[in-house]
Amino acid sequence: MAYNVKEVVADKPSRFTSGHRMCAGCGAPPVARMILRALKPEDHAVIANATGCMEVSSFIYPYTAWTDSYIHTAFECAGATLSGVEAAYKSMKKQGKLPDDEHTKFIAFGGDGGTYDIGIQSLSGAMERGHDMTYVCYDNGAYMNTGIQRSSATPKFADTTTSPAGSVIPGKMQSRKDLTEIMEAHHLPYVAQTAAYLNFKDLYEKAEKAIYTEGPTFLNVLAPCPRGWGYPTEDLMQINKLAVETCYWPLYEIENGKYKINYKPAKKLPVEEFLKPQRRFKHLFKLGNEWMIEEFQNEVDRRWEALLKLEEMSNKE
Amino acid sequence: MGIRERLSGNEAAATAMKQINPDVVAAFPITPSTEIPQYFSTFVDNGQVDTEFVAVESEHSAMSACIGAEAAGARAMTATSANGLSLMWEMVYIASSMRLPIVMSLVNRAVSGPLNIHNDHSDAMGVRDAGWIMLFSETNQEAYDNLLMAHRIAENEKVLLPLMVCQDGFITSHSIENIELLEDAKVKEFVGEYHPKHYLLNKKEPIAMGPMDLQAFLFEHKYQQAEAMCNAKQVILDVAKDFEKLTGRKYGFFEEYKLDDAEIAIVCMNSTAGTTKEVVDSLREKGIKAGLLKVRVFRPFPAEEISKALAHVKAVAVLDKADSLNGVGGALFTDVTSGMQVNGVTVPTSSYIYGIGGRDTTTKEIESVYKDLMEDSKKGKIENPYRYLGLRKE
Repeated sequence: MAYNVKEVVADKPSRFTSGHRMCAGCGAPPVARMILRALKPEDHAVIANATGCMEVSSFIYPYTAWTDSYIHTAFECAGATLSGVEAAYKSMKKQGKLPDDEHTKFIAFGGDGGTYDIGIQSLSGAMERGHDMTYVCYDNGAYMNTGIQRSSATPKFADTTTSPAGSVIPGKMQSRKDLTEIMEAHHLPYVAQTAAYLNFKDLYEKAEKAIYTEGPTFLNVLAPCPRGWGYPTEDLMQINKLAVETCYWPLYEIENGKYKINYKPAKKLPVEEFLKPQRRFKHLFKLGNEWMIEEFQNEVDRRWEALLKLEEMSNKE
Repeated sequence: MGIRERLSGNEAAATAMKQINPDVVAAFPITPSTEIPQYFSTFVDNGQVDTEFVAVESEHSAMSACIGAEAAGARAMTATSANGLSLMWEMVYIASSMRLPIVMSLVNRAVSGPLNIHNDHSDAMGVRDAGWIMLFSETNQEAYDNLLMAHRIAENEKVLLPLMVCQDGFITSHSIENIELLEDAKVKEFVGEYHPKHYLLNKKEPIAMGPMDLQAFLFEHKYQQAEAMCNAKQVILDVAKDFEKLTGRKYGFFEEYKLDDAEIAIVCMNSTAGTTKEVVDSLREKGIKAGLLKVRVFRPFPAEEISKALAHVKAVAVLDKADSLNGVGGALFTDVTSGMQVNGVTVPTSSYIYGIGGRDTTTKEIESVYKDLMEDSKKGKIENPYRYLGLRKE
């Protein structure tokens, strides 16, 4: 059946409810809502959440925005925590301690801090051990919960509170880590990079595939942050669009080692268009800083070309 | 009747775990507890248990996975030592705050640094305020028995706290001793099934666990943990009574060895109690009224009961196998002496730091402590209460 956003939203009530306290214009809540809509309505889910914006804004005792079972323990261990839950499920199912006809799916949410950085060991361990779970990184490119500090997901030159655009050092001086590729290096059955774009079709379909592929699967989802990136809250979807259309954030998936780029812009936009609306890149547009935009563009191009090659190579018979 | 066996402390712990047959075990190897997950994964791979063994990539993940499993509705166990427990530390607190009755076998070893793999109690002392019930074991038999009692205590609805069973690294973990095991069926019946009230895998009642808990409620939640720790005291005694009926082996908060008429007494934990008993016997032969109080239950700390048991003594030495580096004395010492103060017991008491990093503690050294105590009891006061036992002379 063809994807229709109106039908999906109408047929499947949100399992992440309103009343949570995330910021207006934050990219994470629509991502969480849409991913959970990819669950079959009859299936139960256990959600694990790393400490971060999403967690501190969605489950403040005694209120929760999650209608499925939910567990938060600490910052760096959503992967390990959920692997314990999944191991319990396996063990109890095997022993007949849980009803045969019930199915539970396991989904972890972590920001880039809890995933790229402090939680990468726990994530890597959980994926390598083959737990049947989907780990979702909502990547907003910095430690937003503690006040916009740089992470290894922060793009080069971005102005953050621990990589400020100073008079000597103009922002973060390192390129971002490619976590999607690191996860692919675990040889998982399904790895994908996506964003809330084009009526959420890409996001929804990848979530469904990830959740219902047996074994460990990983989704890296772009989740812009109005406070950290510095865009007007109503421009969230425009920012998502520009990230994809400039090939800064390619939409692609890897199924059992085969790459598929799900969206190739007919006309790749210059990366300036993605950078310009964001306060964190304001200093790139000062006179004399043209080299920074140029360097940024070169890095985007280099990674996009590499991805095209990977797609070509992995699909060769 | 029990089964007579010869097992090391680690084998005893692994055997107890096999008989308990937990749903999930998540562990990471670290000397001297490594053998426990080794033996246990053999039981798993040979189909002797129903357990899912999660071979995690670190101790932090071991405790995280145990928390996830226990929250899911399963019985989860782990084993570790020293730096492993240090790495877990964050999750150790979270486990107790989530009121998850996880059971851990802690094979005590010196915490770095510098690096040392041998026994002292600095690992356990580092988590003494973490909200875990802490049982100490003199022998392999006690390590086994404490583990069999663990779930009945931890899972009691008035308690719902995690529990760790401590034993001395190498000294008991790697020494083979005679041991009396229970039959599998008897263990199964004694430990019983685990039926948590609320758990993640209950589709009929989804639950959210581990909230952001701010000024409005955290204080009350901490109070509930404190209440549970107080409740644990009676439950520990009740379970011990049932265990005695089953095995004939008697357990309380502590063991009093020739203490009732003693004039001088040592307080200590774990295997050193064995050495001390030997010394007590030889001193008694010489007419010296020496006694021992061996602490089994360190958390909750039985301050009132210990104070009462020591009230008649003329001088006490508390032996700590870890220094608190507070300029005062070891943790057991400060707990015992503050307990005495609160309970109106005034006995000259001194702190001995001993056995750090696996330094052997001989009967001669224990004798020297009793000798000091005789002096102290004559003087009726303590001049230098913060002492080190068994330091190199040069």
